[in-house]
Amino acid sequence: MLKIDRLGVGSKLTVALEGRLDTVTAPQLEKEIKEAIDGVTDLTIDAAKLEYISSAGLRVLLSTQKIMSKQGSMVVKNVSEEVNEIFEVTGFSDILTIQ
Amino acid sequence: MKELKLTATVESLDEVLAFIDAELESVDCPMKVQMQLDVAVEELYVNIAHYAYAPGTGEATVSIDITQDPLNVTITFKDSGIPFDPTAKADPDVTLSAQERQIGGLGIYMAKKGTDEMKYEYKDGQNILSISKKL
Repeated sequence: MLKIDRLGVGSKLTVALEGRLDTVTAPQLEKEIKEAIDGVTDLTIDAAKLEYISSAGLRVLLSTQKIMSKQGSMVVKNVSEEVNEIFEVTGFSDILTIQ
Repeated sequence: MKELKLTATVESLDEVLAFIDAELESVDCPMKVQMQLDVAVEELYVNIAHYAYAPGTGEATVSIDITQDPLNVTITFKDSGIPFDPTAKADPDVTLSAQERQIGGLGIYMAKKGTDEMKYEYKDGQNILSISKKL
């Protein structure tokens, strides 16, 4: 289960994630981001309530980061220790801007 | 040892994880370790679901064995699909930048990194893959 909340004003968008970002739920996030990312220059992923991430979730973050590197910037904030461990192991802590 | 036999589809991932989590919770597995094992199980199971019987589907067995002193968990996957040894796959370069990174190829690496040991054998027409970790 993944709950996605989008909060946006103009070119600023915050996507808050709650639950699990896995093989089953990652396509949901990919779709939501695709719909909302046009014209966004300042993207924040709020991971405060993100409990779990697998490679399917990392793939969506990577493809989003690639888009945002071209059109603006992206930060991932409020990452839990467990999720951060996954970022460390996979080198994503260097790819993403984690706050 | 407990065993779950099912048709290997991505839709059954939640069932597989619920099965594993119930066993891990029964021994008060720390949250962090449970997540590492869940990630490993997801990556390896989804690989089977996607590729073992492609383009069709087939059966897979997931079993979990927890031993005491020291507390150790072993999870084994069996399928009768195309022979595939994930332990022989080269690790991705995790030092590349976002632009250089390819999408994908991370799953098996994550499963390896999150566990203490990963073993593969092909026997009697079956892929037998096991991961183990000290709790």
